[in-house]
Formats: sequence, C-alpha cells, structure tokens
Amino acid sequence: MVQTSRRVVLVGNPNTGKSTLFGALSGVSVRTGNYAGVTIEKKVGRLADSDFTVELVDLPGTYSLSPRSPDEFVAVEVLTGVAVGEAVPDLVVCVVNATVLRRNLFLVSQLRELGCPLLVVVNMIDAARSRDLSVDCETLAANLGVPVIAISASKREGIEQLRLAIHEALTSATSVEPIRPLPAAFYEISARVSKQLASQTNLTLAKESRVNLYLIERALLDACGETEKTIIRRSGERAKLILETGRADLKRTLGELNEIECQSRYAWSRQMLEGVLGDGGRESHRVTDWLDSILTHRVFGLFIFAGLMLLIFQSIYAWSGIPMAAIESAQGYLSGLIESVLAPGILRSLVVDGIIGGVGGVLIFVPQIGLLFLFLAILEDFGYMARAAFLVDRIMSLLGLSGKSFLPLMSSFACAVPGVMATRVIENPRDRLATIFVAPFMSCSARLPVYLLLITAFVPATSVIGGFVSLRGLVLLAMYLVGVFVAIPTAWLLKRTVLRGESSPLVLELPEYKWPDWRVIGLRVYEACKAFVIRAGTLIFAASIVIWAAGYLPGNHSRQHELQTLIKTAESDSAQLVIWQTELQGESGRLLEESFLGQLGHVIEPAVKPLGWDWRIGVGAIASFPAREVIIATLGTVYSLGGDVDEENEGLMDALRASTWPDGTPVYNIPVALSIMVFFALCAQCVSTLLVMKRETNSWRWPIFSFVYMTTLAYFGAMLTYQIGMRF
Amino acid sequence: MFTLNMLAPGQSAEVVCVSGADSISSRLREMGFVPGEAVRLLRLAPLGDPLKCMIHGSRIALRNREAQRVVVSPQ
Repeated sequence: MVQTSRRVVLVGNPNTGKSTLFGALSGVSVRTGNYAGVTIEKKVGRLADSDFTVELVDLPGTYSLSPRSPDEFVAVEVLTGVAVGEAVPDLVVCVVNATVLRRNLFLVSQLRELGCPLLVVVNMIDAARSRDLSVDCETLAANLGVPVIAISASKREGIEQLRLAIHEALTSATSVEPIRPLPAAFYEISARVSKQLASQTNLTLAKESRVNLYLIERALLDACGETEKTIIRRSGERAKLILETGRADLKRTLGELNEIECQSRYAWSRQMLEGVLGDGGRESHRVTDWLDSILTHRVFGLFIFAGLMLLIFQSIYAWSGIPMAAIESAQGYLSGLIESVLAPGILRSLVVDGIIGGVGGVLIFVPQIGLLFLFLAILEDFGYMARAAFLVDRIMSLLGLSGKSFLPLMSSFACAVPGVMATRVIENPRDRLATIFVAPFMSCSARLPVYLLLITAFVPATSVIGGFVSLRGLVLLAMYLVGVFVAIPTAWLLKRTVLRGESSPLVLELPEYKWPDWRVIGLRVYEACKAFVIRAGTLIFAASIVIWAAGYLPGNHSRQHELQTLIKTAESDSAQLVIWQTELQGESGRLLEESFLGQLGHVIEPAVKPLGWDWRIGVGAIASFPAREVIIATLGTVYSLGGDVDEENEGLMDALRASTWPDGTPVYNIPVALSIMVFFALCAQCVSTLLVMKRETNSWRWPIFSFVYMTTLAYFGAMLTYQIGMRF
Repeated sequence: MFTLNMLAPGQSAEVVCVSGADSISSRLREMGFVPGEAVRLLRLAPLGDPLKCMIHGSRIALRNREAQRVVVSPQ
C-alpha cells in the first residue's frame, strides 16, 4: 500500500488550549523552525494513522484572519496553501473554547468563508460543564455544516474520537460550500474587482480561483493590510488603483467596511449558536474572579509580582549553579581524559581548548534556559503571565514597550540568551525587536566575574554613607545601573526611529486560571533547550573554534608541548617542576603575544589607548568576543599565569597591579579599571546572545546592528570614564 | 460621549460603537466590541492603567487610550 502524506493545519484563538491539543495529538515528535523571512515559529508534528502519515501544522493563536503584519500573513498563506514551499492543507482543524464560543466563532466564520475542508473542535468542554454551560455539538455541526467534536485536551477526553473524525474527514473528502456572512453587495463588488484585476493585471495569487477571490476579498476588507501590500508588490500601481476604486464603491454602498464585517460575523455567530447553548450556567469563573482579586490587587498584586520575579531571578542565578558546575566538571574530566591519551600538540589543543571548550560553552547555558522556560511555561499555562503584563504595563509603556517586555528584560539580568528567547510571548514585532535589542544591556551574570576581579583589585575596601555601604558594593551597583540607564533611552529612541509605527495597542485576553499541564510544560522546556543547542549552539561552537585558532596560530608550539610533557611526568615536589612551570607560563604568554590574536592586540593598541588600555587588555577584549568571562582566562594567559585562573586569583590581581607601560608607569589604576568595567557593561561581547538574536529575528541585520551599536557605546563610554576619571 | 474608560469598576454597559478606522479599532471590533454587546468594567491596574473588562464571557485588558475608542451606554 502506498503511503501518502496528508496535511492538517491547527488554528484557533489564543487561550483555547490549542498547544495542549497539539501535544496530545502529536506527542513529542515535533519539529520547530521558522517560516521563510518572518519571525513566527513553525511547529510540525506527526499524527499516527493507519492508512497514511498525517503532518500536523500548528499555527500561532489568532483572533482573526485579517493579516496586519508579514507574520500574520503567513497564517493566511499556510491556510490558503499559497505559502512558498507549503502544500495546500487537506484539512483545517479550528479549536474553539467552549466557554467563549461566540467570540471564537468569529474566526470560524472566516474559515467557512474560505471554504476549506474544516473540522471544529470545541475544547475545554469540562470547564463549561463545571459551570453548567451546556453545548449541543450536534446542532452546532448542523448549523455550521462541518463536523464538530467536543473534547477536553487537558483531561485527554475525546482525543480518540477526534483522531477518528480527522481520519474520516481526510478519507471522505466532501467539499465544503463556502458561506457568505457579509452583505451580498460586498461579494458582488469583490467579484467585479477580481475580474478587473484578472483582466487588467497579471495577478495570480493562488491556483484555485476560490482562494484567489478570497484573498482579494481580504485585501478589500483590510485597508493597508498585508494582503493588499502583496498584491501591489506583485502587480503594481494598476492593482492599487483597482483596489482603491473597489473599496470606495464598497464604502458608498455599505458604510464603514470593518464595522460591517465584524457586525455581520457576530450576527452570523449568534445565528450559528441558536439552539446550541443551554439555558443557565454562570458566565464568570468564580476561582478566576477570586484569584484575580488577589493577584491583580492594587497592593498585594504588586507584592506578589515582585516576589515571583525575585524567585525566578534568584533561581536562574543560584539554582542553575549546581548543573552548571556539573557541566564544568564533566568538561574538566573529559579534557583530563583527552590529555592523558593524546600527546601535547595541535590536535590536543584543538580537542581540549577548541572542541570541548566550545561544546561546554554551549551547554553551560542550558540549565539557565531550562529553568527560565520552566517558570515561564508554568506561569503561562496557569494564566498568570497575562496578569503580570497587566500589572506592569503602565511602567513599560513609558519606554514605548508593553507589559509583556518586562519578564524577558528581567531574566536578562541572569543571562540575555534565555531573555531574548523569552521575547516570543510579545506578539507585536516592533515591541519584540526593541526588547531583544535592549536585553543585552541588562548586566548578565557573565559580567560579574569581570566586575569582581577589577573591583577587588582596584577599588579600596572603604565604607561610605556612615559605614553602611561599602564603596565596592556601590561600584558594583553602579555597573548594573549603567546598563539600565543606557537601555531606557535606547528603547525610547528605537521606538521613535527604526521601529517607529502605529503605537501597539494592549488588547490582551486574561484567560481563566487552570492547573498547569505538565506535558505542555515539559514540551516547552524541551523545545527551548533543543532549539538553543541545535540552532544557536552550532554557531557558538564555530566561533569558539575560530577564536581558539587565532590564539594558537601561527606560533611554534614545540617547546610548550615539550614542557607540558615534562611537567606531566615530573615528580610533584621537585624543584625542576617549578622551573618548568614558570617557563611554560612564559612560553604560553609569548605564544599568545605572537599569535594572530596577539598581533591584532598590538595593531589595535593605538585605538584602545584613549581608553587607558594596553595591548594586553585589547587582546582580552577581542578574545572575549565568544563570551565576556573569557577575558579573565585571557588576561591570565597574557600575564603568564596560565589560562586556569579565576576572578578570585590573587596572582592575577597582583599581576594586574604590577603591570606597567614600557616607560614604567603602571597600566592599571582606578580609571582604567572603571573604563574596562564600563566597556564590559555596554559591549556586545557575547557571541551566544548575538546568535540567538539572529535565530529569533531570522536575519543578520539585528545582531550586526546590535554589535555595532553596543561596541560604539562601550568604546565611547569607556573613553569618557577614563578621561573624566584621570582629571581627579 | 460616554466611553468604556469612564465606567466605574463593577459597572455594566452596552457597546454603542468603536470609533476610528485604523487597525486598533478593527482589532477591538474583532475581539467582540460590536454594537449591542454587554460589557462590564472589572477593575483598574494598580497604576490606574490599563483596565480590565468582561465581554463575551472573557476578560480583556485594554489601555485607557484604547478604551476611549469604545463608546458605551451605561445601564
């Protein structure tokens, strides 16, 4: 028997339990990716069926099919089968919430108008039942003219019936007659416009004339929408004129078009629900009312919110320490293993410093990403995320952002990588880009070692303000504030320049609270970690290898390897060992200075001199491109202490204090230390963040812009700090 | 003209229309703010904006700026 593949597309309003259903139908066999050229995620799963394989595509939740952005247009393209590389769906499954049926049928009316093979799934039937709301699905199916199945995805009720119904719909292939919920005059004028477009321009939007007509109808309904833009892009000014004339005709005949559309669809929805909803039942959910009276309370609400944020921040910061230490020790164990097998040489250095170091540099982020997404998924599935946005929206709107930007920014204080990934909850693309752009300004945990090393080495341990606060603590706080104070005007400027546009409204549905579904949460965490490791990780890994090579080549490493072999075989307390170790450190420092990286450091020395830096700090800044904390190991190598130093290393602090310019004056003083810290507070020295930005925005434009902008700011910020600092 | 943001918390009203012809107004209409629909203001956020209302059995948060577009007649 020939295996044929069928395509089923899942659509529905947000908060209809669509992702729970997607999980229930497809299990974990999910592929995620992006649609060509846009930021929206494409999720494809497989549905087990005896006769053929079924590909299940999950579209992002939407209230309507009128596309206002390229992202929303993708949903229409996938549904109509005109998207590049996408097949026409064999069946569309629309998920509706049993407790908000009237509003959910708005989307159903648009799908019925399209005339695609359709199956309506009434989800959350258990929630409706618990409130004595009865839904007569047989009557609804008769009214709608398509099959209707009642399920409860979270309780796994009715899933088997749904599978059968999908199978039946795919095998029977009955055609669905499109409905016409809008006034007849609309369809007459649309048909005329369609004929004009066909005869006067070369426009073909889709192979099927039904789909073609539908897209033209959408273009007429949504002035300046994405469908109209696509038509104009393909067929030029002539098409624009025809559409505008058609729209003027419609307005003369019918009045305000959008008003007519929405009124007609809601009237249709009321008609469809005749005899479907039983009498009685409570409209409002008591538990939700009660929880909302606490969680969105004027005082308690804010306290609970602050407490939750603190918990999340603290856990990303503290709880991830154990798995991160485990990854580090596994990395150390593996390196040791390789070192005991391979003789010192380029291959060993490549495997240990390049490959194992690179893989470790990717995996080290996984605990933080996993933890953040665990919290996000729990709060989201419980229904709290929308409330959090509701609580802080006013504050964020001052920056031109919305309440939804708060959590991604907050989590960026731990690490910008999960922070950037968390911006997926922001639907408005401009808000999302602005949030992604300012997220790296939040001082992440990788900057902390740099701050600690320099503060401990150069800031005196004096206390200020009557002995309550130490000067060191104040400097540390100042470093965290530098990022925030730069982020505020940056967001403000972005929203007024490159990301300018109609200010995004906050029209946010606050769903009913429910127990989180562990399967949905598990899947979210798994997907987030997998996406990071596979798609950003490979590039981070590649960048680590490049920096390794630049620091290793082209020097002659034979003496270094010889020394490494000698040290390994030497007795642990011999005097010769100390001599060899000292020589090895000197040799490693010399090799780094002569490497491509060291040469580059010398080349850029004139450029970093106004910042108070010598070539060594320059090398540290370049080598720390993969990750900021690398500067400490690099400084350790340049100061011939070996790369295995950390921020509490006394030797490194002494070496920094003793370091001099060729004329004998010390390189480091407080202004230089501050200048380095300001540089690291503002720079984009984190290849992981840049590559996650690339992944999330689906273009190189944003990471490049971010890198140039942040590096420029960091450079001039550091210069300003040094120059002002030297006047005191 | 009486608009949604002028309602007191707990007060119910009937939607008269949504003013404006841009995408924000379209979005509001799609979300169910159509003439004749019953709407109830539930509460305001701690800083007075946005507000939360109940329409079609679901809770919707709107900023004052958006709520000003929703003309209502209080009951």
